[in-house]
Formats: sequence, structure tokens, C-alpha cells
Amino acid sequence: MAYSEKVLDHYNNPRNVGALPKDDPSVGTGVVGAPECGDVMKLQIKVGANGVIEDARFKTFGCGSAIASSSLATEWVKGKTLAEAALIRNTDIVQELNLPPIKIHCSVLAEDAIRAALADFAAKQEKNA
Amino acid sequence: MTVKLPIYMDNHATTRVDPRVVEKMLPYFSEIYGNAASKTHAFGRAAEEAVDKARVQLAKAIGASSDKEIVITSGATESDNLAIKGVAHMHREKGDHLITVCTEHKAVLDSHHALEREGFRTTFLKVKPDGLVDLAELEAAMTDQTILVSIMAVNNEIGVVQPLAEIGKLCKKRGILFFCDAAQAVGKIELNVEEMGIDLLAFTAHKMYGPKGIGALYVRRKNPRVRLEAMMHGGGHERGLRSGTLAVPLIVAFGEAAELITVNQAEETARLLALRERLWSGLQSQLQHIFLNGHATQRAPGSLNVSFAYVEGESLLMGISEIAVSSGSACTSASLEPSYVLKALGVDDELAHTSIRFGIGRFNTEEEIDYTIERVVDVVTRLREMSPLWEMVQEGIDLRTVNWTGH
Ligand SMILES: Cc1ncc(COP(=O)(O)O)c(C=O)c1O
Ligand code: FES
Repeated sequence: MAYSEKVLDHYNNPRNVGALPKDDPSVGTGVVGAPECGDVMKLQIKVGANGVIEDARFKTFGCGSAIASSSLATEWVKGKTLAEAALIRNTDIVQELNLPPIKIHCSVLAEDAIRAALADFAAKQEKNA
Repeated sequence: MTVKLPIYMDNHATTRVDPRVVEKMLPYFSEIYGNAASKTHAFGRAAEEAVDKARVQLAKAIGASSDKEIVITSGATESDNLAIKGVAHMHREKGDHLITVCTEHKAVLDSHHALEREGFRTTFLKVKPDGLVDLAELEAAMTDQTILVSIMAVNNEIGVVQPLAEIGKLCKKRGILFFCDAAQAVGKIELNVEEMGIDLLAFTAHKMYGPKGIGALYVRRKNPRVRLEAMMHGGGHERGLRSGTLAVPLIVAFGEAAELITVNQAEETARLLALRERLWSGLQSQLQHIFLNGHATQRAPGSLNVSFAYVEGESLLMGISEIAVSSGSACTSASLEPSYVLKALGVDDELAHTSIRFGIGRFNTEEEIDYTIERVVDVVTRLREMSPLWEMVQEGIDLRTVNWTGH
């Protein structure tokens, strides 16, 4: 498989690897995928009082394209409002990273991870309201 | 450290042609270029002589008693097809049942599937967790209708060596023919068709430091005389079993490759074993949670298949891209399914995704092994730092209790 420059860049210099405190009410955590399927992504967002995503982190078990997709996703959500982040589509990731058809599902996983993190944050807000 | 990069350590996939083999082969392109079937002139006779010599070298490498038992083919895929379909078609009246193993090469499995579409029945034996067939199960699967047992010598993914002599004995006792795909075995383990009771045996030059596109099928001529139906019809070459003008340069090379292994096998085996041991102990001493796939000692000397838990195989390959190895991970396969061989061993899917196959060969050096250990340890460590699974395990979470959202 020939990887695009951008996939290689994210793989070699992943942005925002790490973890945020998952019990913090301002943090939303999404974990998607399954080890049996060969891909698990964890994406976290930290949301400011103004509803803007201040920070994001990821950890991924998966192929290089999955790592690149989640790394890119954390870059993209930072600075966005929750509503804006919800508009990120896997097709945008495919285009940006030049993913071949067989790797599209890795980008789908990244979109799912963003949504899962947003949903987790929303659920926490509701509980604390 | 002065290692020349990239490093080739994927010798199950194919091997580099030994320079001595290349040298022997070259004159047969532009000097001795006759058709081996042209017996009426010197060009043809010189070619025929070269082929005859190669046939003797090939027979010797597998302990065949006569060079007439060697049928030249285009490789192991063709030999597998010819053996299985050829025996089945010839013996249709005698029985319609075949036995093989679910960890065989696709060329063997799919030949059986093709026969099933014609009405034959196949038993696909399971393997034990170490990758070996259970002899009691094999014996139990044999019926009066069974005409052929097909079991490989060395597995191409995990390197385990099947108990060939015992299998040969069981087949002989029941009067069933025994076909062995030895593509990964010739030159790697001691093989002797007489001692092991093998009736048909497939092998291929490109796995033994010869060129691609040339192979052979051993077909026993005595006790019993094995009869086959040909697949390729035409000029009646190879005693009618495989028509087509012989690829003389490739056959000469194949013969020379066989000659080299018969001369140096013990020495080479010892060297490969030492390299493999160095690799395995080097990895084990620096990484936790790594697992050997397949039997620990019943394996070809250069073969090592390891699962690096919590690190997906393709991402690991990407990190060590200057080292050519392969992975059983789904992400590297067109089907997005993890290796069926590892699955058959009962390796969890999640561990199958993390497997790497190292194939150490004749041209690998100790320096390359040391470099490989260092790089694999580095990349596995880095990828584990970014693995959510590794994080969970560090936190004491049992991954089996997690409610995954898998597809
Ligand atoms: C066990 C086994 N059988 C058959 C084959 C096919 O050999 P060839 O490439 O010569 O057709 C291979 C190699 O891929 C193999 O490893
Ligand atoms: S995670 Fe398997 S192909 Fe990307």
C-alpha cells in the first residue's frame, strides 16, 4: 500500500496523542470500534464555557490511515463549536488524507468517534443540569 | 551499526535468487537455447541434457528414487492443482472423498472447493492450537471412499512442520494417496518422500533461492504407481502429464537451487535457527505481551510469527517500513479479514490483527536481526503509547468485559 504524504505525516508526527481526564464534566469521551475488528479509536474533547472545543486528544489502535484520520479529527475539532464539530464528515477526511477506497472505513470510524465524544459531553451536561 | 537498508525478511513470500543460480542459468538464454524436445539436433540435445541433469538434482533434494518421478510445472500453485484434481479425476470410480486441513495454502483449499462443485466431498481437518494436525482426527476422517489426503509440510504463515512420516504411515495403512505441498519446506527441513511415505509432493523454485515461475510435482512411480489425469493438454511433454515447451533456463536454475540446498542444508539450518533464536529472545527480553503463533519447536528454522498485543499489524509494518516483513492483520488484506490460519489456531481475532511474520533466509545477517529487534521494540513501544487498548490494560481493565461498538 502506498500511503499519501499526509497519512505518513500524521502517522510519524501524530497531533494530540494522549488522554484528558474522562470524569471531568467539561470533557467528552468517545470510544468506537472493537479489538476483534482491528480498530479502536478513542477521541476526547474539552469544551470551554463558551461552547467552543478548546482541546482534543486521541488514541488509536488501527492501521496508519486510522491513526491519521483520528489525528486529523483532533486537529479539526479544536476551535470549533459543538455544532460545527458535528458537521465534520468522513468524506472530508478521505479527501484531505487522500485515502484509497479500502481505507474509507477508517475515516468513518473517526467521524463516529467525534460524534461519540460530542454525545458523551452532551449526556454529561444533561446530567449536571 | 552498519546495516544496508532496506532489509528483506519476508522469505516465506519469496526469496532472492542465489547469485550462483543466476550464473548457471544465464547461458541457457543466449547460448544453449534449443528446445529440449528437439532431439534431432545438437541445440535441442544440449537443452535436453541440461533438463535431465536438473531433474536428477530435484529428485535428490526430496529423496525421490528416480528422476522420472519429477514433473516440471510453473510453480507450486500449478503442482497443487495438478496433484489434487489429477488424482481426484483419475480415481473418481474408487471414491469421492478427500481430506485436507483448513490451514493449507489457498491453492490447495480452492482446488478442493473446485472439486466439491463437481460432486466430490472434502473433510477440512481442524488443527490444534499449536497449528499441528491431530493424527487421531485424521485417522477417524478416513473412509473407504477416501482417495487422497493433502497435508502441507511447512505452513507458509506460521512455519509449523506437520508430522509427515506419521501421516504417511496412516495413509499407507489405509491405501490412501498422500499429497504434500512442500513449497515452504524444501531446503528448510529434512524431506524424504521414501522415508515419509509421500506419494505426491509439490515444490517451487522461488521459495528456495531460485527464480519465479518454475516448480515441480513429484509423482511416485513405485509402491504404488500414482496415476493422474493431466490438466494441460498439448504436445505430450512430461510424459503427457504437463504439455508445454520446457523453460530450460528456469529448470536449470531450479536444479542448481536444489543442488545448493543438498550441499549446505545442515549448516544453513543451524545458522537460521541461531538467527531466529536471537530475534525471538531479543524481542521477548524487551517487550511484554508478545506471543509466538504456532508450535515453539516444530517449525521451519527461519520462521517466526509473533503477535504484539495492542498494536495493529499494519501500523507496525508502516513504522518499520525499511524492513520487509508481513502481517496477518485484516488491514493489510484485500478482504479485511484477519488471517484464516491464525483463526484456525484459535488465536483471538484481536491478536491476529497484531501478528507479524518474520521470514529469515539465507542472506540475512546477525546485524540485520539486531537492527530489526531494535526497530520493532521502538515502534511497538511508540504505538502502544498511542493505543487505547494498551491504556485500558494499564488501568487494569479487562478488555473482554468492555462493551465495544464494533461493526
Ligand atoms: C505452501 C505454499 N503452497 C503454494 C504456494 C504457491 O507457490 P507458487 O508461487 O510457486 O505458485 C506457496 C507460495 O505462495 C506456498 O507458500
Ligand atoms: S483500521 Fe483496519 S484498515 Fe484502517
